[in-house]
Amino acid sequence: MIYDFFFKLTGSNFLADVIQSLLPLFIFILPFALFAVLFERKVSAHMQDRLGPMRVGYHGILQTIADILKLIQKEDIIPTLADKPLFNIAPVLVFAGSYAAFAAIPFSSAFIGSNIDLGVIFIIAASGFVVAGILMAGWSSNNKYSLLGAMRSAAQIISYEIPTVLVVLSIIMITGTTNLLTLSEMQTGHFWNWMIFGGPQMGLAKFIFIPIMIINFVIIYISTLAEVNRTPFDIPEAESELVSGYHTEYSGMKFAMFFLSEYANMFAVSAIVTALFLGGYQSPVGYLGNLFGAHWLIPIEQFFWFTAKGIFFVFVQMWLRWTLPRLRVDQLMALCWKYLIPIAFVNLLIIGLITVL
Amino acid sequence: MLIEFGKVFVFLLIAIVFVIVALIAAKFIRPARPTHEKMLTYECGENPIGTPWVKFNIRFYVVALIFLIFDVEVVLLIPWALVYKGFGLGGFLVGAIFLFMLGLGMAYEWRKGDLEWVKPKVILPTLKNVQVDIKEDAAA
Repeated sequence: MIYDFFFKLTGSNFLADVIQSLLPLFIFILPFALFAVLFERKVSAHMQDRLGPMRVGYHGILQTIADILKLIQKEDIIPTLADKPLFNIAPVLVFAGSYAAFAAIPFSSAFIGSNIDLGVIFIIAASGFVVAGILMAGWSSNNKYSLLGAMRSAAQIISYEIPTVLVVLSIIMITGTTNLLTLSEMQTGHFWNWMIFGGPQMGLAKFIFIPIMIINFVIIYISTLAEVNRTPFDIPEAESELVSGYHTEYSGMKFAMFFLSEYANMFAVSAIVTALFLGGYQSPVGYLGNLFGAHWLIPIEQFFWFTAKGIFFVFVQMWLRWTLPRLRVDQLMALCWKYLIPIAFVNLLIIGLITVL
Repeated sequence: MLIEFGKVFVFLLIAIVFVIVALIAAKFIRPARPTHEKMLTYECGENPIGTPWVKFNIRFYVVALIFLIFDVEVVLLIPWALVYKGFGLGGFLVGAIFLFMLGLGMAYEWRKGDLEWVKPKVILPTLKNVQVDIKEDAAA
């Protein structure tokens, strides 16, 4: 465990803990955000047959760093009419919410921020923080665009939380645990042990589970996509009607914080989908560490697989952005309440019936 | 050694401290030259008209209410999902009855049109034969 390593290094519980909590931020979120912003621009560009940023560094690889340098130098404008305390708290809350979710994400068997038994439920609860922050930002900006964007965003996030939780519930019913580390360990072996392929059980039940789990996977992917306000569910920040939604009035570093938490969230939801359905950090083919007898290599390989799966889903999110048009608000609600939730309900009952029989 | 939720608390603290440190660091670098125009509410370059806290669609409240009901019921289902296997078919049936009642509530909302974003007109319950009489009564 990485905690024990730091404990030996520093000799203090608290310091080891702080260092361990800092790791996702400095070795993961910040580099990931740097990478993802550029990646998104490049992916969008190449999908439209453009080149994207090309000037800063080789093929624009330093573009994001230049953007950050620019954002640091930007004036921080608080409109006269804005509710100042709430306006300042909102970015903190949004970032804290998306960062807290990383506490329970199992990056590898040796590296999980906090191995709580309520892992999945905690992540869902932490995303509730983000809703509060978004509403706060929209309300305190004292701007029509912000308020409408925040209301839409809140309505969308809470609506799509229900299909997410129902699918998570069906996973809990099969595995009987909410601890993400245990869940990932259960899906060990080869890729046919992943939850999307029916999980670790054997026999007839596994084959009945496969179609249900694939439907569940599609449901949770759609609803997490809506929870991070990505296209085709981006009506909260529809550029053509609401400028940029709840963060219209924000500038400088506060805007950067919203941006950072958006990208952190994109990865967090992909990580949940990965951990629940695609074996978490488990390798699909086996480990090089086992092959060469070097067991210290395995956690590093697991970290690689987890990140690779997560980034693949982030890529799919970007891909969908340039494939699908934006949904209207009534279509958005109809999709959630009339399709995803009833299907998730039926799946839940079927899984319950199969597991007890 | 901190308990696991203590670590979660450390995560939250670090997130808050990180944002505050980043904002303070930017404060030393960025300029601060406010003018009247800069501090105005952004409305695409026009002077803002009216209060920004406009009346918005009542449907947002309805969605929030429906969400609240569903979320509470889902929270009640989590402990059940963890233990129901130990009680065999009976354990499953208890949850199934609960889910069925939740489904009934959902069907009612659906029928009443509360799941539509644009609420359809209220359909009054009418009996085919009596309908004519009611209309005559209303006219009289």
